[in-house]
Amino acid sequence: MSLAEPAALPVAASAPPRLRVAKRFTSRLKASLPAYLLLLPSLIFLALFTYGAMGRVLIDALYQRATPKAPLRFVGLENIGAVLGDPAFTGAVVNNLIYAVGTAIPSIGLALLFALALARTNVVTSALRAALFLPVLIPMVAASALFLFIFLPNVGLLDHYIGGLLPVLPNWLGDPDIALYAIMIITIWKNAGYYMLFFLAGLQAVPEDVMEAAHLDGAGPFMRLRYIILPELKPTFLFVIVIATLNAVTQVDHVFVLTQGGPSNSTNLVLFYIYQQAVEHFDVGKASAATLLTLAALMALTALSFRTMANREGGP
Amino acid sequence: MKLIDALYKDAPLATRNEITPKLGFLLTILLALAWLIPFLWMGVATLRPSSDGINLMAELMPSLKPTLDNIRDAWEIGDFPRYFLNTTIICTGILLVQFVTITLAGFAFARLDFAGKTPIFYLFLMQLMLVPVLLIVPNLSLVVQLGLYDTLAGVMMPFFASAFGTFLMRQAFEAIPTELEDAALIDGASLIQRIRHIYVPLSLPSFSAFAIISVTSHWNDFLWPLMVINSPDKRPLTVGLSVFTKTAEGTQDWGTIAAGTLMVIAPLLVTFLIFQKRFISSFVTSGIK
Repeated sequence: MSLAEPAALPVAASAPPRLRVAKRFTSRLKASLPAYLLLLPSLIFLALFTYGAMGRVLIDALYQRATPKAPLRFVGLENIGAVLGDPAFTGAVVNNLIYAVGTAIPSIGLALLFALALARTNVVTSALRAALFLPVLIPMVAASALFLFIFLPNVGLLDHYIGGLLPVLPNWLGDPDIALYAIMIITIWKNAGYYMLFFLAGLQAVPEDVMEAAHLDGAGPFMRLRYIILPELKPTFLFVIVIATLNAVTQVDHVFVLTQGGPSNSTNLVLFYIYQQAVEHFDVGKASAATLLTLAALMALTALSFRTMANREGGP
Repeated sequence: MKLIDALYKDAPLATRNEITPKLGFLLTILLALAWLIPFLWMGVATLRPSSDGINLMAELMPSLKPTLDNIRDAWEIGDFPRYFLNTTIICTGILLVQFVTITLAGFAFARLDFAGKTPIFYLFLMQLMLVPVLLIVPNLSLVVQLGLYDTLAGVMMPFFASAFGTFLMRQAFEAIPTELEDAALIDGASLIQRIRHIYVPLSLPSFSAFAIISVTSHWNDFLWPLMVINSPDKRPLTVGLSVFTKTAEGTQDWGTIAAGTLMVIAPLLVTFLIFQKRFISSFVTSGIK
């Protein structure tokens, strides 16, 4: 192939400049053909289920049906307005924010504690790591099935063992003031072991001799944590915060199994709202508008974090 | 504290005499035990005879007269073998197609130069930012239009292309010395032959890491199959378990719920305990799922 190219050169050199550019462009496209063929299978599915889906959300959000059987009608931004004016949606956004912050901070804090305690590798730490990692592996639906009994009023595991310490026995999943916090416990239980892995990986970058030197200089455990370990873990923190936020918006299986968004919408999260609008109310326009708003918020956040992460070296 | 001291004997000299790290370690041990309680309850409740009554259901001390009745009941009430089969078909189908798409695309990004490489690369990157779970509404209507509603193919299709897998394979392929490929080129090997006989065999660890991540995440997937599947005989494990739980909850049959949950998660737990190291390192590489 490369042997044939010099023969073609004189022709190209004598052609007018514009034609030469065109020719170079077509020859580059031709040379690119094998790559395009290799990318084609992936691009077909990405086009259908990612870019196409994105486009369809944009369009669907602009249309509305009066009844499930009525023809589509262009309504512009009405759906967006309807979603923003729907107390169920704004309620779900507030719930999701509480849920995101209230699950991210404890699970990340616990993950850091676990990683610091279990950084050295031996039989005991490996076993403890495995115990903390087990919940990560099981389906959220299975976790919910177990917590269904843990939270059961009066006879459940929680009331059985610690109920006596409380002034009144709470109805963990049935009380609108408590239910959201109850399902947050499941999320923290399920995610802390996952984030622990990233901190364990991040801790490997902390040089042992610097730690030793700091200790000899009289720096206590908290000083070493504050001035040596935490700065070293900064990129890991950023990364884990992004994952925790994405998880807070995408993990809703426990809402389906345990509370169905109730009692009185207290555990309704954004993705559950989208599901309800689309599947229970057949309101694709409103569901798409809600999807669009959520995606916009998440993409802004992810883009921001990608930019921050682009400035860091290595990592998980 | 003697026990903690013993466990701490291989700690770095610097920290061996400090109390704070030991307290942190002690707290972690207690929390790790607390983390296991749901699993412990699952095991104990599964083996507890129903004659023990509801008041003993929350006891973590195992019954002295263990029974397999709950497992038998769960097996008879739920259609678990069918759910297992469906989940296995879904996970295998997704993984096999993914292997093809990510190998080809990963190779193109790792070793070929082509017009528009950077913009196309960003197009792939976008999939990671778009969070596929959130696109359930448009994707459901597409699956309906394609005539794939209530089929396992409809459950699988949105995951056939994987940006994460493509990046993983690109990284693996970039690490392979070009000399190997040059030698094959001289022998007249075609592009596909070179991928098949040089790149794929040398990247098996990356393939296995990807397989672990892909299978675990689709094994656990719930919302998407819940929307696509209507027929009871096409339910995957997660959807099957949620229906089973709903039914048994009504009859307060907690031993059966525990047994059903145990049956669903046992294969995952056993596989994890056997391949622990590999699982953990795969999850660390995965980062962005």
